[in-house]
Amino acid sequence: MTDAELHAEKGMAHQFEDLDQQHEADALGIWVFLITEIMFFGGLFAAYAIYRWLYFAAFDGGSHVLDIRLGAANTIVLLGSSLTMALSVRSAQTGNRRATVMFLIATMILGGIFLGVKAYEYDQKFVEHVVPSLDWGPEGETLARLAPGGVQHAEIYFIFYFAMTGLHAIHMIIGMGLLLWLVLKARKDSFTPHYFAPVEVVGLYWHFVDIVWIFLFPLLYLIGGRY
Amino acid sequence: MQSLPFQPVQASSIAKSVDELYLFLTVVTLFFTALIFSVIFYFMIRYRRRSPDERPKPIEGNVPLEVLWTAVPTLIVAVIFVWSSMLYFKNAEAPKGSMEIFITGKQWMWKVEHPEGQREINEVHVPVGRPVKLTMTSEDVIHDFFVPAFRVKKDVLPGRYTSLWFTATKVGTYHLFCAQYCGAFHAGMTGSIIVQEPSEYERWLAGGAAGESMEQAGEKVFQSSGCSTCHTPDGTGLGPSLLGVYGQPVKLVGGETVTADDAYIRESILLPKAKIVLGYTPIMPTFQGQLTEEQLTNVIAYIRALGKSQPKQKEEGKQ
Amino acid sequence: MSTATLEPRVQAPRNYLNADYGWKSWLFTQDHKRIALLYLVSVTFFFLIGGSFAVMMRIHLTEPQGALVQPETYNKLFTLHGVVMIFFFLIPSIPAVLGNFLVPLMVGARDLAFPKLNLLSWYIYIVGGMFTLYSAIAGGVDTGWTFYTPYSSTYSNTQVTAVAIGVFITGFSSILTGLNFIVTIHKMRAPGLTWFRMPLFLWAMYATSLIMVLGTPVLAITIFLLALEHLFHVGIFSPALGGDPLLFQHLFWFYSHPAVYIMILPAMGVVSEIIACFSRKRIFGYSIVAFSSVAIAVLGFLVWGHHMFVTGQSVYAGLIFSLLSFLVAIPSAIKVFNWTATLYKGSISYEAPMLYAMGFIGLFTMGGLTGLFLASLATDVHLNGTYFIVAHFHYIMVGGAVMGYLGGIHFWWPKISGRKYPDMWAGIAAVIIFIGFNLTFFPQFILGYLGMPRRYAFYPAEFQVLNVMSSAGATVLGVGYLIPLIYLIWSMRYGPIAEPNPWGATGLEWKTPSPPPTENFTEIPVVTEEAYAYGPEEAHGD
Repeated sequence: MTDAELHAEKGMAHQFEDLDQQHEADALGIWVFLITEIMFFGGLFAAYAIYRWLYFAAFDGGSHVLDIRLGAANTIVLLGSSLTMALSVRSAQTGNRRATVMFLIATMILGGIFLGVKAYEYDQKFVEHVVPSLDWGPEGETLARLAPGGVQHAEIYFIFYFAMTGLHAIHMIIGMGLLLWLVLKARKDSFTPHYFAPVEVVGLYWHFVDIVWIFLFPLLYLIGGRY
Repeated sequence: MQSLPFQPVQASSIAKSVDELYLFLTVVTLFFTALIFSVIFYFMIRYRRRSPDERPKPIEGNVPLEVLWTAVPTLIVAVIFVWSSMLYFKNAEAPKGSMEIFITGKQWMWKVEHPEGQREINEVHVPVGRPVKLTMTSEDVIHDFFVPAFRVKKDVLPGRYTSLWFTATKVGTYHLFCAQYCGAFHAGMTGSIIVQEPSEYERWLAGGAAGESMEQAGEKVFQSSGCSTCHTPDGTGLGPSLLGVYGQPVKLVGGETVTADDAYIRESILLPKAKIVLGYTPIMPTFQGQLTEEQLTNVIAYIRALGKSQPKQKEEGKQ
Repeated sequence: MSTATLEPRVQAPRNYLNADYGWKSWLFTQDHKRIALLYLVSVTFFFLIGGSFAVMMRIHLTEPQGALVQPETYNKLFTLHGVVMIFFFLIPSIPAVLGNFLVPLMVGARDLAFPKLNLLSWYIYIVGGMFTLYSAIAGGVDTGWTFYTPYSSTYSNTQVTAVAIGVFITGFSSILTGLNFIVTIHKMRAPGLTWFRMPLFLWAMYATSLIMVLGTPVLAITIFLLALEHLFHVGIFSPALGGDPLLFQHLFWFYSHPAVYIMILPAMGVVSEIIACFSRKRIFGYSIVAFSSVAIAVLGFLVWGHHMFVTGQSVYAGLIFSLLSFLVAIPSAIKVFNWTATLYKGSISYEAPMLYAMGFIGLFTMGGLTGLFLASLATDVHLNGTYFIVAHFHYIMVGGAVMGYLGGIHFWWPKISGRKYPDMWAGIAAVIIFIGFNLTFFPQFILGYLGMPRRYAFYPAEFQVLNVMSSAGATVLGVGYLIPLIYLIWSMRYGPIAEPNPWGATGLEWKTPSPPPTENFTEIPVVTEEAYAYGPEEAHGD
């Protein structure tokens, strides 16, 4: 085969020798990227761990202000989206364009539901005045929950709540954008059983974002044993 | 070269031993630098290219040589590590019976308080030949207490105590520097350590002692902030009695035991709910933001004195 | 320099420089070689900015009370000098300029694995740089490049947020570059190019990329938390609000110590290439040198605590960090010995790149050995936070990394530009830089031992003599740095045309024309021999 023939192959970039090499490079690339993501969230988790250890009572109190039902529901939604994402990768691999698009859209819908619930939860925090710096001043029942651990330290809990879930949500939004791009690409029939790396790569990213949530949910919602 | 002083004054008990290590390191550095430089120069002359088409034989390596130059640096750094760490550990803790001075760093000055009540700013008077332990904290950002002549340095952190000790060995006035960048006039956060003969130091103490001792000042704060209403001496108040507590183990709710040292007392004042003494309820309000760092150290000095005044308890307990 | 001067005038054979013209062909290029040139221009720009801050500082310090500016301004000068030099010059210098240019050529590939990502990382770098420049124009920032909390987060009212955003963004440029290199080196090596046939520059790039990928995200999240605290006045690092001021230092140094190796490892790679070429010898103990790069990268992540010996951390933590820091010294020492041994029975010539490489070894040896003073607990207590530290890390980063960078630029300049520079001038510049560097920074070791703290806008008069000596040396150093700038720009237009392999070097990058065509190789090469086959019979591999 000559270079020209190879480059004519669909989805193949000029710098690669063949699609296999490109596929391997794409896969390694996304794994390396996910490692950097782990280090990124890792720094945040380390800081969280230290403050949770220092101010356990405050974190316990803060956790009890969150609505565990919403958190649990979102966990299920995200797990579901991981399933549809995996199905979409499988469909791309088997060359089933309709199913690929359908599962991608399903993933987007589930992602949208997650973000919607998250937005509602954020809104609730303003209602309860537990948004650090911007709207901080818990009253009544909320205050009673936070008081044992010290209201000032509960604020640190909520900083971490917003920083962690906020960064997670940003990752979700980026993921939604990538899904949309895939849908458009898939509708143009860009993928073949030999070339579906973008679906696979975005899939790995999406699973990673889900896994981060699997850690965030117990760390933020389940402190101190709820039930 | 005589006019350039290459060594700072040695004015503390540890300065000489640190300088010996420094000298050893300097010799190691100069030796290896000279070795590498001269070998390179020799090779570059000896093996200079004589004709453009020279093709020297490749040398893959030489196991004994490589083992040697792995082992020698390893050995040297091992010696340095052991030497240095032993020196560091030997000097890590202040000797028992050191006299204490309290330092508060603040942008951009050093506030100094002697237990007898003398206060000074940017000057620390100390007697020669007596170990001095500094307990230090900061009111704002991180500072660093550095006395080159003593070869000692320690960060001064907001929200916690750090300590440092030295025994001055030479009468004189020495630089005190802030060695952690702390803002606009960081370079101006300097002062002097004034080392005096003990008799002269006593005179200085007596001369300036118009004010009350730290302990007395602390007792006033203890009364005026309302601590004394709950922490009654007989233990019948809402809070535990503080008599004889200092330096002793305290049982906490939850079964843990902590030692009532400066850090614990500080935390109990600022974050009363962090560690609750067994048998008491967490009702104490926080004094965060209500007491200055100096008032805090004074209260701690007072509680420490209460610790000594109780004959029932064991007398030692200073750490 | 403008892009116009980069284009050869005459009808040279098609290469990456004359393949296309106009600013669009540069700003939207996906060619790793053009992106390398974009980086070259931008890091030179930031080097000049950072350098001018240094010049002002050295002038200011000629007088004990400060000769030039107010203390607040001086604080901004050293902060911006540090931020610009570290994040916008040193970290991208060798990886993003030489690495970008050479990694695909050396592995025998047409481009990096992800060319679009590569261009994106340059744009990210530029955006980060713009935030930093904006902060300098809009009043500056005075926290020191280390951004220690709570000063930076709560007390400083300068442009902390803008700089934090700048550094945060630029970090991603570094991450993407590292990712690209790792994937390229893993997956795109030419047939026959096994791991142990790779030039040591590639090993160094690989080790560097590991650090970039693993360390930089931690810096990013740390800076993110710092910016959060600064913007919203919430307590993450500020003790007044319940935070822990030392946590910042732990997180910061977890990245920033390995970051030192991001700067020095690539320089080590460059020096290995140069020494092998100009002594016509395979690097002595090739595999040891390769492994020691990776060993340094890994150990580098375990030594951050040696920046914190005097913070009041536990003495046992200090002990462990001290031991680990000493361990890093060993692979570094081995490398120096191996380079020296490579010269033995070689055929050594003294063109400019070799002079830079020798300068590197000398200065790195001194920088490395003075590191022992700081890894050692008892002496670090005295030297921490003084000019000794300043001298030590300049020996590593400027004496080491910048010498390596300049050596590399000179070595591959014929390949990059297709032109030769006047070797005599280059040699003179190398000597001037070496001398100027030592004059500038050697006095600072003594200053530090005498107890002069760093970051002082004014100082006791007894330190003046040494400060003046240092400033005088800086003049020499400054001149030394300007000379290459002049003759290299000159050579782009007037230099003699370079042949494909002017130094008689091995390595795939020399097997293609100078400058290389856009696709690098007309045919993907097949590697049949070990690296550095300078020996008698050319094909002694299998």
